[in-house]
Amino acid sequence: MFVRGLKRKCFDGEEDIEGTLAGIKAIPSYNLQRQSLLDMSLVKLQLCHMLVEPNLCRSVLIANTVRQIQEEMTQDGTWQMINTQSTGQASLDRLVSTDILCRSSREQAEGKHVPGYGTFNKDFEGDQGQDSSETMSTASSVQAPRNLPSNVWEMENPQENKGNFQKSLDQIFETLENKSPNSVEDLFSEVDNSYYDLDTMLTGMMSNTKMGHCDGLETFSSPTNTASNSNCKSDLNELDHIVEILVES
Amino acid sequence: ADIISTVEFNYSGDLLATGDKGGRVVIFQREQESKSRPLSRGEYNVYSTFQSHEPEFDYLKSLEIEEKINKIRWLPQQNAAHFLLSTNDKTIKLWKISERDKRAEGYNLKDEDGRLRDPVRIKELRVPTLKPMDLMVEASPRRIFANAHTYHINSISVNSDCATYLSADDLRINLWHLEITNRSFNIVDIKPANMEELTEVITAAEFHPQQCNVFVYSSSKGTIRLCDMRSSALCDRHSKFFEEPEDPSSRSFFSEIISSISDVKFSHNGRYMMTRDYLSVKVWDLNMENRPVETYQVHEYLRSKLCSLYENDCIFDKFECCWNGLDSTIMTGSYNNFFRMFDRNTRRDTTLEASRESSKSRAILKPRKVCTGGKRKKDEISVDSLDFNKKILHTAWHPTENFIAVAATNNLYLFQDKVN
Repeated sequence: MFVRGLKRKCFDGEEDIEGTLAGIKAIPSYNLQRQSLLDMSLVKLQLCHMLVEPNLCRSVLIANTVRQIQEEMTQDGTWQMINTQSTGQASLDRLVSTDILCRSSREQAEGKHVPGYGTFNKDFEGDQGQDSSETMSTASSVQAPRNLPSNVWEMENPQENKGNFQKSLDQIFETLENKSPNSVEDLFSEVDNSYYDLDTMLTGMMSNTKMGHCDGLETFSSPTNTASNSNCKSDLNELDHIVEILVES
Repeated sequence: ADIISTVEFNYSGDLLATGDKGGRVVIFQREQESKSRPLSRGEYNVYSTFQSHEPEFDYLKSLEIEEKINKIRWLPQQNAAHFLLSTNDKTIKLWKISERDKRAEGYNLKDEDGRLRDPVRIKELRVPTLKPMDLMVEASPRRIFANAHTYHINSISVNSDCATYLSADDLRINLWHLEITNRSFNIVDIKPANMEELTEVITAAEFHPQQCNVFVYSSSKGTIRLCDMRSSALCDRHSKFFEEPEDPSSRSFFSEIISSISDVKFSHNGRYMMTRDYLSVKVWDLNMENRPVETYQVHEYLRSKLCSLYENDCIFDKFECCWNGLDSTIMTGSYNNFFRMFDRNTRRDTTLEASRESSKSRAILKPRKVCTGGKRKKDEISVDSLDFNKKILHTAWHPTENFIAVAATNNLYLFQDKVN
């Protein structure tokens, strides 16, 4: 059967499972199934942002599915449980973010496929119960494309997950409505001021706000390079200049 | 770019138009019966090909507008020329297809090959005469209806008054006059004030075949609204609301997605309408709003595979459906190049395949069967072997005869009833 994209996480109804012990282990719990469906939907929604012009019907249907899952999880009480876990890991998020940002630009450029339409806030994803620990470790290795953007763009303090979630859905529709290069500016309007080392990069980005989203991301890596290089160069030049003056006089 | 995106017979059935992803329209014409080639009746040959839409760029949003033809609708023929409407995501165009089989000869100021004649040498005036020439079919755009849709156009429908038509996108429906391109009336608007509250979109719309004031539109939530344009200028309030109550036992996370209606078509007699959702086709009596009168399962064996179909996006495929001329049989497509026909009177259904191997010229199609579980019989195909890339989304039925056109990706198949 033709399957593309994600690794299959969900199990369809009547799979041929014998009633052995091994068989019983293979049947996933309803929660796990629901969780993977939620994850899949969120990735789909984010991919929507990457398309030239997202199909509104598809986006609406996926968003409704996500909302439905969220409502059920809230009723279950699963949502609350995940919430409390998140605040504990908030500081870890920040540490990881700084780590990524301080890496060399080349390493960042190698982090594949960074989906740039990042007004969609994904911090709640990293916080969800079952695979939260794995998410953290994968985030620090910068391999998982999903987590790279969430840590890079996520500057705000972790709030109520539900509030974020709703906000994310809202942002999706807003972006769908007004697809413009200015969303890059929107991204940075939420930047937490404590990240002063971002300033150079941001300056580089801001001057390129008229470019398309992907272009904007590509330049993300370069300003870091040029900034540091030019800093070095200017330092050297200044030094030369001073030496010159000293020598001349 | 050769992927066929729409198929439509004209009112007489003599012409068959197809639109493709590359913005081209190809029109086929039925061969006239002739004594020298008695079997040629029923063959369709290419009549005209033209580029209807070109890719465009929306500078405001930095987005490309696809040239893919979403729908073609013919106008009823009123003179020797044929007219059709073709639309992509944003712009509708009215095309005139006309034949030219004569040309004028004997001009005064120029020669037969077009060179200007020396005025000094012209001694007398002559009247140009019409001489026959090889048939030439010309397509020319007569009207361009642009800039009226913010969202993607999914349907167009010509009114029975032959003067107006509607165009529907995800959130709005506009009414146009065929002669006027700089103005259209918005008759349905379901865009919420706050886009964050958007939960439902328009998926298809059609005018009633006889009542020029009535039209229907379907939604992504599986509902159909019938509106009467006489009641108010803005038809946000429906006259009738068709929805089947949900079966609580079969509820799943995918219930809403599979209930989304991908196509709605009135029957020729105007008494019924048919809707296509992901797994079934439903026939509704216009006088009964609370449930359909008939429901046909297209590929129920996919119900247990919905999660995988969601993963690979197949669950969002939009299948169309069509009636035969007598409204006794309905047809719709499925996967693996299968298409299904349901006889409303006998309740019998058939599954046929549109593929090169099974469609040799004049060969009779063999009915196919999908095996759902257990032992697979010979000639049956198991659900897991189905090719989900081979989907038949567009089919059309000749208005009066048993001729069908089936579009399988970039191939067009024409089948006719074996009883000739």
